[in-house]
Amino acid sequence: MKEITELSFPEDVRYTKDHEWGKSVDGKVKVGISDYAQDQLGEIVFVELPEVGAAFEKGDEFGTLESVKAVSELYMPVGGEVVGVNSQLEDSPELVNSDPYDGGWIIEVAAGDASEMDGLMDKSTYVEELKGIKP
Amino acid sequence: MRYFPHTDEDIAAMLKLVGVGTLEDLFSTIPEDCRRKKALSLPEAMTEWDLNRHMRALSLDMAAYPEYKVYLGAGSYEHYIPAAVSYLLERSEFSTAYTPYQPEISQGTLQAMYEYQTLVARLLGMDVANASMYDGASALAEAFKMSFNIKRKRKTLAISGVVNPLYRSVVETYFAPTEYRVVELPYLQNGTTDLSGIAEIEELAAVAVQSPNFFGCLEDLQSAGEAAHLKDALLIACFTEPLAYGLLRNPGSQGPDIACGEGQSLGIPQSFGGPGLGMFAVKKDYVRKMPGRLVGRTKDLDGKDGFVLTLATREQHIRREKATSNICSNQGLCALTAAMYMASVGGKGIRDLAGLNRDKAEYLKERLREAGVKMAFETPTFNEFVVQFPKGLEAKYEELLGKKIVAGLPLVPYYPELAHHYLLCVTETKTRDDLDALVAEITS
Repeated sequence: MKEITELSFPEDVRYTKDHEWGKSVDGKVKVGISDYAQDQLGEIVFVELPEVGAAFEKGDEFGTLESVKAVSELYMPVGGEVVGVNSQLEDSPELVNSDPYDGGWIIEVAAGDASEMDGLMDKSTYVEELKGIKP
Repeated sequence: MRYFPHTDEDIAAMLKLVGVGTLEDLFSTIPEDCRRKKALSLPEAMTEWDLNRHMRALSLDMAAYPEYKVYLGAGSYEHYIPAAVSYLLERSEFSTAYTPYQPEISQGTLQAMYEYQTLVARLLGMDVANASMYDGASALAEAFKMSFNIKRKRKTLAISGVVNPLYRSVVETYFAPTEYRVVELPYLQNGTTDLSGIAEIEELAAVAVQSPNFFGCLEDLQSAGEAAHLKDALLIACFTEPLAYGLLRNPGSQGPDIACGEGQSLGIPQSFGGPGLGMFAVKKDYVRKMPGRLVGRTKDLDGKDGFVLTLATREQHIRREKATSNICSNQGLCALTAAMYMASVGGKGIRDLAGLNRDKAEYLKERLREAGVKMAFETPTFNEFVVQFPKGLEAKYEELLGKKIVAGLPLVPYYPELAHHYLLCVTETKTRDDLDALVAEITS
């Protein structure tokens, strides 16, 4: 596994304690997992996606990621309705590893309350949080 | 492992080590009124000769095959077990069938499980089978649990009233303490499930239908599947007699999402009710939601074929409380027996055997009809069927027991409306003479 300094954390996304990220794009929120999360999980072999139209609260489990060594739950960074899923992940789950912030996005949400995004961490807070986990 | 009782010296050494004076002191935390004051009332020890005589007398007191002609099925079936199966099973390599986590030392067991899964998937016509569950009843309950896992937020399941009553009771035990609701589908006059109510059930996650059902009648799984799928629910095809699929269309060809049931018929002795074998197979789409162990074939570093536990990340030793099931071990030895049985009998053998079961059952049906006995349902059956005996047969039933014939299962305890109805089962172990004798006795 990599050191925190070797991982990438873009400025234009917001992070959760569960290592998801959310990014506001055209009034919707794209959701994925951080570079740290994909590095910890290792080679991802399966992504269980929710159905488009499913509605969740912030913090609800919306799917799972299966790597060669574990299955991890995915949690909503903000509440809302799922309006898009990255169906490329069905055949290429490894995109979550290789391109976690772009090609490896997981779902797109119409947020019920846009201000929930403000409650998420920015890059520097998240990196501080990670330093607390990983010396 | 051998059993060595503790000697007085062993006990003294252990007490000394834990720093307790006597055994009495060791047990001092157990409340006084929970302890037995009197010695166990055990009979005097017997000699080996006496013991054998005693055990034989006990066994003769029970109505068991081959001393008795037993026409009972209802979930446990009397089938001939090839000597090769019994012999192979006694090999010491198989006597510990515990979960083979380590592929480095468990290739034999893992390959056997893989073969078992392959044979089960083929017999049931499904994409993928697991390495077994405890028995048919718990397999059905686990299938329902799996359905709730797939159809999240649904709270209701429907179960046919002609699924084996003991299976329904196990399902009830699983779900009674939960927020989930079990709805029973009534049966029609022809002995099959009334599917018409399915459309009205709210929040439906799955429908379970058994075929052949508890009355022996073949169900229309295709229609059951269509009715369930119209509600975006799963169809679970349940069974107690997998041998039927040697002759009948297998469940997989009729569109269920899950097929599960009891595998005792496949070479496992009846043993007065257990252990059984839970067979469990699903469509490939659902493999990650399937409970239980799964063995897969892979290549090792040298490119040679090898076998490993696969998709183990779903299971509780990794996924803890979010695992697909709480089944931690499985019926390894029983699954192995079933694999040996299926491989010994072979595809053609299973077809022939199934034909024999059906033909003998039909022969008995025909002879009973000629003798004026009424069939309760006119739906086609496999090796079990329900007859309506004339009034007064209850006394006759007892009389026949005295003549070492068990003339079927009275259905009243399970279906109070079915007075004088008996479920009869005929397998390959019955000869034409047996069947003729049964008819003669009943109608005399």
